[in-house]
Amino acid sequence: MAQLSGGNGWRYTRQGAAGIVFAIVLLPMVTVIWLSFFDDAVISFPPSGYGWRWYLNAWETHQFGRSFIVSVEVALASTVIGVMLGTAAAYGLERGKLPVSGAVQTLLLGPLAIPGVVLGTGLFILFVQIDNTIDLRVVGTLPGLIAAHTLLTVPWAVRLVSVSLHGVNRSIEEAAKNLGARPFTVFRRITLPMMRSGMIAASLFGFVQSFENLDLTLLLTGPGRSTLPVEMLNYLEFRVDPTLAAVAAVQIAIIGVLMLVTDRFVSLGRVVS
Amino acid sequence: MSGLTLQDLRRTYGPTVAVDHITLDVAEGELVALLGPSGCGKTTTLRMIAGFVPPTSGRVLIDGRDVTRVPPYARDTGMVFQGYALFPHMSVAANIGFGLEMRGVARHEREARITEALRLVRLEGLGERLPHQLSGGQQQRVALARALVVNPAVFLLDEPLSNLDARLRAEVRVEIRALQRRLGLTTVLVTHDQEEALTIADRLVVIDRGRVRQSGTPKEVYERPADLSVASFLGRCTLIKGTVETPGSFRAGRFLLPCEGGRPGDRRVLLLRPERVELAPKGPNDASALPDGFPGRVSVVTYLGGRTEWLVETDAGPVLASRNTPASDDVLQSLGSGDEVHLSWRREAGRLLEPEYEPMKEE
Repeated sequence: MAQLSGGNGWRYTRQGAAGIVFAIVLLPMVTVIWLSFFDDAVISFPPSGYGWRWYLNAWETHQFGRSFIVSVEVALASTVIGVMLGTAAAYGLERGKLPVSGAVQTLLLGPLAIPGVVLGTGLFILFVQIDNTIDLRVVGTLPGLIAAHTLLTVPWAVRLVSVSLHGVNRSIEEAAKNLGARPFTVFRRITLPMMRSGMIAASLFGFVQSFENLDLTLLLTGPGRSTLPVEMLNYLEFRVDPTLAAVAAVQIAIIGVLMLVTDRFVSLGRVVS
Repeated sequence: MSGLTLQDLRRTYGPTVAVDHITLDVAEGELVALLGPSGCGKTTTLRMIAGFVPPTSGRVLIDGRDVTRVPPYARDTGMVFQGYALFPHMSVAANIGFGLEMRGVARHEREARITEALRLVRLEGLGERLPHQLSGGQQQRVALARALVVNPAVFLLDEPLSNLDARLRAEVRVEIRALQRRLGLTTVLVTHDQEEALTIADRLVVIDRGRVRQSGTPKEVYERPADLSVASFLGRCTLIKGTVETPGSFRAGRFLLPCEGGRPGDRRVLLLRPERVELAPKGPNDASALPDGFPGRVSVVTYLGGRTEWLVETDAGPVLASRNTPASDDVLQSLGSGDEVHLSWRREAGRLLEPEYEPMKEE
């Protein structure tokens, strides 16, 4: 009996600890959503009332709408390009017999390790050089932003697709060959479907990475070609009111829905762990 | 029509020789088991037959046709992989039908043959399941059905039972053998499990370090092993060093032991299978002792359920004897560690082998 209650005690401790971790993770988000409904222009506790006012303000502030579209465009394009490149790289690294595959993999994961500001500065200088040398304007253009953000999506794709391929017994592909499938058929019918969960997860993470990125993007935007996080920072320079909280709450909702939808196709917990 | 032929097959990886001049004929409908310790080259041989590994030299012939340079997808082999290698994202039926689809078999015929194959491996009604929804034994049967349904000229099995628990293993083994017989499949099976090889094969090929050490029926290989390494790899045995004194008598230290013949003066190793060694307790007046027995003292009694083993210390070293577990009124029943016994065996049970000893390594 004593042992039994000891076991229960341990279980409650564990559940309590998990609860605290969840609270720490969720608290900022809950606070932001709560703030977004405050009626006052100057944030103060307790609020004098609640309302949708700042959501309306965000909607009417055109810079948010415009930059939201840019953000979605950049995130979609860089995700599609990044996942295609990253999947090809992961397939080559996992199945090819490259002698330097370890070094290549590290190189491809590099952008994850370099601070965004450093990467952004480097890209800015590179883009300016391109402009000077071949008279091609890159800074502040959509293709320039997409190229930069592809650096953010490729590592996720390489990592996640590699993981999903790595767990796959290579004899599965041999079995298909043994049954008469030519190499391309093996890839299309067997290998690609087995990479699918990794690719879907990589798309989600890549999209989120690109969508919320601020530091890398900061130097690379131009007039009318700014992303939502950069516009939010700009707004913050002049006004501190719950409009940003409202924009952030909308972002949280979008990403949350994206994750739920993705989770229906692949179990994210399984792919990422 | 001659099933499968391997001619002087050789495969090297840099300085390492994985398969060293293996020549083998598998008759139509015959089941040949390649047996050996891991890393002996048996799997490489199988993969050369399937076409996954190109041989360094030598030829592979299927039904008399040279397929050495033919890619795996154009060879007519059906392989069952060690981990089954089922397609995880396809239903059981789609797994089984994949080979038919690749061969361009029309849909309605495909469905009929899938149903037939499911019936053959007793998985009727499970066609819509995904592989991970099946038990290990069921997955194994799907792998069998998938390889069989295309009617391969050569059926290849790579350690097909190694992922199953002991009880299931015996069951599936019998099933594989029955299917293979019924369909008359020319089959090559690779295993490191001697029991599997002994019970399932028409012919055993013992391989070590890339070379064939002995080839013959399971009975021949077990009863008349070609050399010490085969003898000690296949089954349990006792080995005693000594010299042939006269034909039929073998000197080990101060004892003369019965043996199968031999030339006087030859240095040999005497091989004894435990089930051929008779054992009798040494009574107070020696009445029950065997006449020309060899004295020893029991050191370990191992109860194995249906069988019991006695390890007996003698002046010539430890000797292993085994018998069906004695009944409770049997004198052997009361034998315990430290008891004195007499050992004996028929002359023909004492096999003489060359003393060069090169043990097969289990890596």
